[in-house]
Amino acid sequence: MNWFKFSAPSTFYPLAGRLIPWFAALAALFGGVGLWIGLVVAPTDFQQGEAYRIIFIHVGAAWMSMFIYLVMAFWGGMGLAFKTRLSGMMTEALAPTGTMFAFLSLWTGALWGRPTWGAWWIWDARLTSSLILLFLYIGFIALTRAIDDPRRADRAGAVLLLVGVVNVPIIYFSVQWWNTLHQPASLSVGKGSSMAAIMLWGMLLCTVAMWMYSIALTLARVRTIILVRERHTDWVRALLAALPAQNSR
Amino acid sequence: MHWNSFSDFLHMGGYGLYVWGSFGIAALGMVLEPLLVARQRRVTLARLARQWRAERLEKTPEETTPSPGEAP
Repeated sequence: MNWFKFSAPSTFYPLAGRLIPWFAALAALFGGVGLWIGLVVAPTDFQQGEAYRIIFIHVGAAWMSMFIYLVMAFWGGMGLAFKTRLSGMMTEALAPTGTMFAFLSLWTGALWGRPTWGAWWIWDARLTSSLILLFLYIGFIALTRAIDDPRRADRAGAVLLLVGVVNVPIIYFSVQWWNTLHQPASLSVGKGSSMAAIMLWGMLLCTVAMWMYSIALTLARVRTIILVRERHTDWVRALLAALPAQNSR
Repeated sequence: MHWNSFSDFLHMGGYGLYVWGSFGIAALGMVLEPLLVARQRRVTLARLARQWRAERLEKTPEETTPSPGEAP
């Protein structure tokens, strides 16, 4: 199978359209089960009471905010190295969803920090580097939208992404490298999980749901971006010509 | 089932504001974002189709006028 075939916008456009309903359905399925476990089945935490239930949103949102940034940096690097047209479209499509999850991770973190630490916000390593991640997303969107020529915008954005990617391991390891108020990872590759199994399952299912959601949203957004950027090509013109009139007032 | 009553569930052991404030904003974001993306798609498709038709109208007369004998 030739994967490079799908890096052509004209072949990726219909593929993305076919994939969206599947990822949306998976997001709903995993999200439904995850929320049921997280809000209804999982017992009270013996230390934090019910406040710990914020974990079911917070961890997934924080992971997605870091993961989406890594994916954007990957596409940015591909764009700089191979000049593929799809890369810039993918970074543009991923940025808003990444921004939303970066915001959600900070917001839920504040609402969790207040009852457990007694503070909405502190300038410790984990929280500060997460705030920088949000600013990187906003900076990327502002920078790429400020440049009119899409190819130059993509290049500038890719450089910003690659410079900023150093922040992701800083976020991830901040709880080990510095003495922070933030608790260490509940789940790590070497040590396994420090959580009760049912809580862990709820958290993982919510995270997978957010992952599927991000893929569905990104595919939906990139389809519109492809049409805009490829509007002078024959296949987009044929597609526009075939649109029913009431759809295109 | 972990809860005794629905009000128990809403109360969240006294942490209702924090827990529902988190789940609420997450739900709001994950409902609004798909709606915005869908609206953006509708608006963009309409704009591109309009531009395409305008371009075609501009081109058509030029392409059809030069017929032999009629040229000035």
